[in-house]
Amino acid sequence: MDYDFSEDVAKIWPALMFMAGFVVVVGALMFVLDILPRWGRHKERLQAMGFLGPALVLLCLGLLYPLIRTVYLSFFNADGSSFIGVDNYTWIFTNDDTLLMLRNTLFWVVCVPLLSTGFGLLYAVLVDKARGEGIAKSLIFLPMAISLVGASIIWKFIYAYREADQEQIGLLNQILIWLGGKPQQFLSTSPGNTFYMIVMLVWIQAGFAMVILSAAIKAIPAEIVEAARLDGANPWQMFWRVTMPSIRPAVVVVTVTITIATLKVFDIVRTSTGGQFKSSVLAFEMYTQAFRSYDDGKGSALAVLLFVLVIPVVVYQARQLRHRTEIR
Amino acid sequence: MSSTVSTDAPEAGPVTRPDTGGMASRVRRKLATRTASIISIIIALIWTIPTFGLFVSSLRPENDIKTTGWWTFFKHPTMTLDNYNEVVFGTSASSGRLASYFINSLVITVPAVLFSVSLAAMAAYALSQLNFRGRDWIFIGVFALQIVPLQMALIPLLKMLNHYTEWGGGFFAVWFAHTCFGLPLGVFLLHNFMAELPKELFEAARVDGAGPAMTFRRIVIPLITPALASFTIFQFLWIWNDLLIALVFTSGPGSRPLTVRLAELAGTRGNDWQRLTSGAFVSMIIPLIVFLSLQRYFVRGLLAGGVKG
Repeated sequence: MDYDFSEDVAKIWPALMFMAGFVVVVGALMFVLDILPRWGRHKERLQAMGFLGPALVLLCLGLLYPLIRTVYLSFFNADGSSFIGVDNYTWIFTNDDTLLMLRNTLFWVVCVPLLSTGFGLLYAVLVDKARGEGIAKSLIFLPMAISLVGASIIWKFIYAYREADQEQIGLLNQILIWLGGKPQQFLSTSPGNTFYMIVMLVWIQAGFAMVILSAAIKAIPAEIVEAARLDGANPWQMFWRVTMPSIRPAVVVVTVTITIATLKVFDIVRTSTGGQFKSSVLAFEMYTQAFRSYDDGKGSALAVLLFVLVIPVVVYQARQLRHRTEIR
Repeated sequence: MSSTVSTDAPEAGPVTRPDTGGMASRVRRKLATRTASIISIIIALIWTIPTFGLFVSSLRPENDIKTTGWWTFFKHPTMTLDNYNEVVFGTSASSGRLASYFINSLVITVPAVLFSVSLAAMAAYALSQLNFRGRDWIFIGVFALQIVPLQMALIPLLKMLNHYTEWGGGFFAVWFAHTCFGLPLGVFLLHNFMAELPKELFEAARVDGAGPAMTFRRIVIPLITPALASFTIFQFLWIWNDLLIALVFTSGPGSRPLTVRLAELAGTRGNDWQRLTSGAFVSMIIPLIVFLSLQRYFVRGLLAGGVKG
């Protein structure tokens, strides 16, 4: 029962050494760059490379090369030894399990952005200029600081299930019983479990939506609001004719950002159901294929699919926002 | 908690002009603000109850947690810190041993944040204030990398870093991965801030004979401290809360962070309820402190487009 800190000290030293080494190297680089201007031609280019070089090398090694390599691997078999064309991709779209996983991903991607933006917007409008606005916003915003693993545990307690003859320990089942219903196994019945997990992500992302949209609402020029009020607009008209058109770009950005985050949902599924009970999603399947089944080909193909699905969303955002600036 | 949210506050709503509406419209407006308050309180309650429930549970004795709901606590309050004690300091195989994982999380997060923030700041400086051929193209490239899901990099990167598993006490791979994945967002955010610094500052520095490196240290860094703070908080929260990269790039109890350990405990089919409750809160302490004390910078960063893929 007693924890011995001295065993863990050994882990801290390498970290300190690496950090010290890093500081020394960067310091030396700065020193060299300081005396460099006296060295004549091409100096600006050298300077720039000194500042940019380290990041550029890391980006190439850690992102660019792996990116190309993943696309390449997706056309190969599990251990990358033989070329199999588009078989990995056909597998994604013909196998029952993967089709189910794609359907679940679709549920997530449709529901989470809509609900998060909806709740975030509703709350931002409701508490705008109200008493205690700061605290009210913090309450919704706080889940953003929590890890998705932590959030899944919080909700695991809400969804907890006990047999009908026992006392319930999960709030939701207790509420069901108070209402005269029967306890449900929320997280282990498909397709309901996907939606109960969607609730968790909405719970987290609504805070993000609320903060961005609240800032957008506050940026609406006071004259416009005042003019609409003098014309006798009621709150409903006020929202649809004044607020909504003014904050449209922010709504687009929020929806797109949440959509992309939702496409990559992994932690919640892994912690809540472990991908069982027909609840798998794209990013979870990618992890399982690549790092549990050690199938680099299928894992890569799933990663590429994820990337391909992100692109239209980003293009939509770019077009929406450009359209907006043209109107101005 | 939620009682602090605005309750019935009709006068806090928009000021109505007494002469424009009649009695009827004033009543209607008052009702509207009241409905607004009630709806916002309901939402705030729904958003807080789950966390509150877990917090109450974490303070209850093991047997109570497993047999009755946390709401019964208010009828028969029995409080204990045993769950925290056991999950943090316990050393048996089944207990959380979270103290050790807590240190792992710190050892992963602090260096990775230092590396990515410094390198991103340097790169952003070159891309925003130094002139060289191909600058715009490189910036567009870095910008585009932001949309690449990190899943695209995992498989080859793991193969590459497999040779360095001993480095940095087993933490090298995870530092490397987090640093790389944080760079596109960092460069983009900091570039935007640096590009808005007045040109005259740099002219003046040049006239005074300061080289780019000195300008960077003496002028740029002090001026973009708020932006650096925003990005540092992002990186910190993101790395501390990350599960995927930790799963892929660390192995064994010697280097895995809190999130991985908690996910493990959550996977044991509900026998560990008492450890889960307190464990979840232990993992939340640091991010909540960082978040609550530096919320201003966090929000500012979010508004500047700081969302990580």
